[in-house]
Amino acid sequence: MNTTDSGRVRVLGVRHHGPGSARAVRTELEDFAPDAVLVEGPSDADPLLSLVGGLEPPVALLAHAPGARGARSGPRRSAFWPFASFSPEWQALLYAHEHGCDVRFCDLPASVSLAVEDGGSDGGAPLARPADPLAELAAAAGYDDAERWWDDTIEHRGRERDHLPNARSAPALAPPSPFAAIAEAMTEVRARTAPGPPPLHEARREAHMRRAVRSALRAGHARIAVVCGAWHVPALLQRPKAAEDAALLRRMPRVAAETTWIPWSHGRLSASSGYGAGVRAPGWYHHLFSAPDRPLERWLSEAARLLRAEGEHVSTAHVIEGVRLCEALAALRGRPLPGLDEAGEAVASVLCEGSALKAERVRAAMETAERLGRVPPSVPKVPLQKDLEAHQRRLRLRPDAEPRDLDLDLREENGRARSALLHRLRMLEVDWGVPVADPVRVLGSFHERWRVAWYPELEAAVVDASVWGSDVASAADARTRDRAAHADLTGLTTLAEHCLKAGLDSALEAVLDRASARAAHASDTAALMDAVPPLARAARYGDVRGTASAPLRRVAAMLLDRVCAGIGPAVTNLSEEAAEEMCGAVEAVHRSAVLIGGASERSWWDALVRLSTRSGVPGLVAGRVHRLLRDGGRLGDGELLRRLSRAASRGSEPQRAAAWIAGFLGGEGQVLVHDEGLLRLVDTWLCALDGESFGAVLPLLRRTFGGFSNGERRAIARKVRTLGVGPRTASPGSEGPEESEASGVDLDRAAGAVATAALLLGREEG
Amino acid sequence: MTPSDTGPTRTGPPADVLRPHAEQRHADELAALARADDRVRPPGWRLSPWAVVTYVLGGELGDGTLVSPKYVGDRRIVEVAVATLATDRALLLVGAPGTAKTWLSEHLAAAVSGDSTLLVQGTAGTSEDAVRYGWDYARLLSEGPSRRALVPGPVMTAMAEGRLARVEELTRIPSEVQDALITVLSEKTLPVPELGEEVQARRGFNLIATANDRDRGVNAPSGALRRRFNTVHMPSPATAEEEVGIVARRVDEMGRSLGLPEVSSGMEEIRRVVTVFRELRRGATEDGRAEVASPGATLSTAEAISVLTQGMALAAHFGDGVLRPADVAAGVHGAVVRDPVSDGVVWREYLETVARDRDGWGEFYRACREVSD
Repeated sequence: MNTTDSGRVRVLGVRHHGPGSARAVRTELEDFAPDAVLVEGPSDADPLLSLVGGLEPPVALLAHAPGARGARSGPRRSAFWPFASFSPEWQALLYAHEHGCDVRFCDLPASVSLAVEDGGSDGGAPLARPADPLAELAAAAGYDDAERWWDDTIEHRGRERDHLPNARSAPALAPPSPFAAIAEAMTEVRARTAPGPPPLHEARREAHMRRAVRSALRAGHARIAVVCGAWHVPALLQRPKAAEDAALLRRMPRVAAETTWIPWSHGRLSASSGYGAGVRAPGWYHHLFSAPDRPLERWLSEAARLLRAEGEHVSTAHVIEGVRLCEALAALRGRPLPGLDEAGEAVASVLCEGSALKAERVRAAMETAERLGRVPPSVPKVPLQKDLEAHQRRLRLRPDAEPRDLDLDLREENGRARSALLHRLRMLEVDWGVPVADPVRVLGSFHERWRVAWYPELEAAVVDASVWGSDVASAADARTRDRAAHADLTGLTTLAEHCLKAGLDSALEAVLDRASARAAHASDTAALMDAVPPLARAARYGDVRGTASAPLRRVAAMLLDRVCAGIGPAVTNLSEEAAEEMCGAVEAVHRSAVLIGGASERSWWDALVRLSTRSGVPGLVAGRVHRLLRDGGRLGDGELLRRLSRAASRGSEPQRAAAWIAGFLGGEGQVLVHDEGLLRLVDTWLCALDGESFGAVLPLLRRTFGGFSNGERRAIARKVRTLGVGPRTASPGSEGPEESEASGVDLDRAAGAVATAALLLGREEG
Repeated sequence: MTPSDTGPTRTGPPADVLRPHAEQRHADELAALARADDRVRPPGWRLSPWAVVTYVLGGELGDGTLVSPKYVGDRRIVEVAVATLATDRALLLVGAPGTAKTWLSEHLAAAVSGDSTLLVQGTAGTSEDAVRYGWDYARLLSEGPSRRALVPGPVMTAMAEGRLARVEELTRIPSEVQDALITVLSEKTLPVPELGEEVQARRGFNLIATANDRDRGVNAPSGALRRRFNTVHMPSPATAEEEVGIVARRVDEMGRSLGLPEVSSGMEEIRRVVTVFRELRRGATEDGRAEVASPGATLSTAEAISVLTQGMALAAHFGDGVLRPADVAAGVHGAVVRDPVSDGVVWREYLETVARDRDGWGEFYRACREVSD
């Protein structure tokens, strides 16, 4: 670089998303006052730079190649350049925007980088580079963690000031610019770890950046600042002939690419979300960048505030001791200042008093510090919007503001596709359509009813949802996985149902995996029981929609097995309300068990048999279990009669007996009318009671029968009248000894009982 | 022991001592570290924090002395513990039984003060006298209250000499006795009202307490006491191999010290028991493929050792001298199922969903089924 140039150009090497770098860039820019700023980013996104003022970070620059979808194997369809408020690049853009200087992206245009295949058809070169060039520098400085080394030497710079009194009013104490040292260090690292010419793609990127610098110089800018990754600094400082760069940049593959701004989130910035250049703790970096002074003290105070909000007693003394521990640890480890590690350990050991669980909660809440960016409506359409429009055209489903009802036939392809689209959008919180309860809803129906209406807010919802992906299917998939990560068991099985309806097969798999993992930890059998029916139902939907439901069945069966193992203690010693809920749950699980079938159904029957003889089971549940066993033909009438008598015998607590009978009859009068065997069973038992027992049972029965409608009671009474004659001729001797005893009925003695029974069952029939 | 002028420098132990103290066992290493240590030592410390960490975790010194690792595990734990002591906050090591809490506290005291013997063993019967001071009653009666009649407790001695005191099993000590430590830790003085005197702690004094967070029926420290400690949680061994190694070594040692007849190596059984314990403890299988529920029991390394030792005894005295699944099944069942209802469900689930289909576990599965049915 010639001398005139060096005075006119400053290259600021940064680490992406490094708050120390961001601070340094800001200070350097204010000092240098450039009239042109070049930032590492796709140069074909330049038109978007005018929108910077309206954005609220974190945002991302999204480039996508609409035509490349599935056309060839390999090319990436989209790429992101995320910017957080603590990203040096963002600070550079912001500076340029505030000072009205010329600002450009200087990296290869997205149309080129999207055309280059990831694996590198240009020689597999990326693999030949050191995985992390900074690791070499860090190792030289005696660090085993490159990120930490960079934190100590660069990111925590400027914090020394915080420990001096009147730091703010003493600008002379501001640290000297780090950029010269970074350039020198990176030159050394590159020479040692990656000698020789860089791989083609990297060479092209750097050639392009140099070309951008040249054209800025030609344009007559007096002071030009270049903000780029530290790795590229040496390449920008040496300036080969323009013709060499031009040769490199010739005949590059290109695709048509479009770029726009989309809202981003801290969660997606963090390295754990799989974003390559991600940072470990965006929340920490955001804090480092935004805290005016004493970041450690503020961080621990914030942690204390969080813990207090959860009802923990955390005093100022805790925070003081936490800060002292951090400083002692940093000194022990030879670090210039305490960092995130020390802060985390102080939170765990002092503020949370050793509770790993609490510490983990604080860590999760603070290190990510979830924050959603915003973009103004004027930004170009995001691919998700375009994809949605394409779907709308293809499925002939126009977004009208006027609400209308939609009846989809799931046997037709168009109906299925429309249903899937609406369900996927709902998953993305774009409630274009809302399912309407079918007036004659049948399980596994072929029809689905929706009310659809398009509101202007939905546009914003689509933009927000574009964080999740560039087309409806992949966005819904990603959103579902994210939800699954935070859902409880019931939530997961409900999600599974939604996945199936929305046709998200791969997300469904993830949700089911998660559900089986959760189920293993569910100590609460009741929660497991709640989780079974949606899955069994979903398996059934799967049949209707023609999708594979085998994995659903498998997980449902696994859940059912766990329910069978734990149901005994779960139904014991319940309050009246809990018993009522449990009764419903047993019923629901039973229906699911029958749907699931196989070995799991058999083990469910076994569990029911075990339950039926278990003591401490509430009457309502026990009665219901007996009824289910009887309906399933698992319990002979003779045995059932014995159990019925025993449950309602005088030795048994009256409330329990009443509940038993209520559970057994299950509030369905119709069944007694249509199931003659059942009616005869009850009748036989009633007739066999002696006077005193009958008197005791009567109120209980009244309570149960009182729940039936008038018509039902009348029908039952009619049935009972014919029963007196019918059974003996229809199936002589099929009943137990009680039957023969009943045949020798003393009509006079029975008259009183009959009259009461008549009263009970409905006066008109008497 | 009296706070005599011999001070912390002790003469070597007699050769036949069953278990020498840490500072006696590793006297050479401590001396070498003190020579090599050129870093700042906190007042009253015999080594710098860096040297203490090196002593505990092991390493090689500049003069070629090899320092053996005393604690195998996460470096951060030791660093936090040492940094805590350096900020003169008391250190509380909590964790499941068998996670080397006592071991670490002994070595820390040996390295920091050169003396690991100022120890209060916490039991339900620990009295305030044991924590603070007692009286020589003969002298008290004949001479009346005087300094000579006072018998200082370990904590008082540590304060007077500026050394580390250790309290083992803090949570077993009755709550009111525990609270006697509050004044010691906050005011750093121990008043002796009978003499109208007080003992003020000298620089270098600090306290390491250990507590078990899994056993029920313990006296949880009061909030006031808790606040005076930094708490470090001691984890179970990180890898299966590490734990199998620890268990195999200890089982072998115990077998020998109990004079059990030689039982042919039960490495397979040891590995299996450790696997069962680890999986139930972690709530997931070792391959990470499936998750399992965790029972209420601790399932510590120490318990695995006792299950296996018991199995060895069974095999030696009643079996064919080979450790077989049937010998450990009852022990494992007893260790896992503490609460017959909830733990029973967990154990049955584990057997059916994990043990049943695992290669080579058939015999173990059947033996456990036999015990649990």
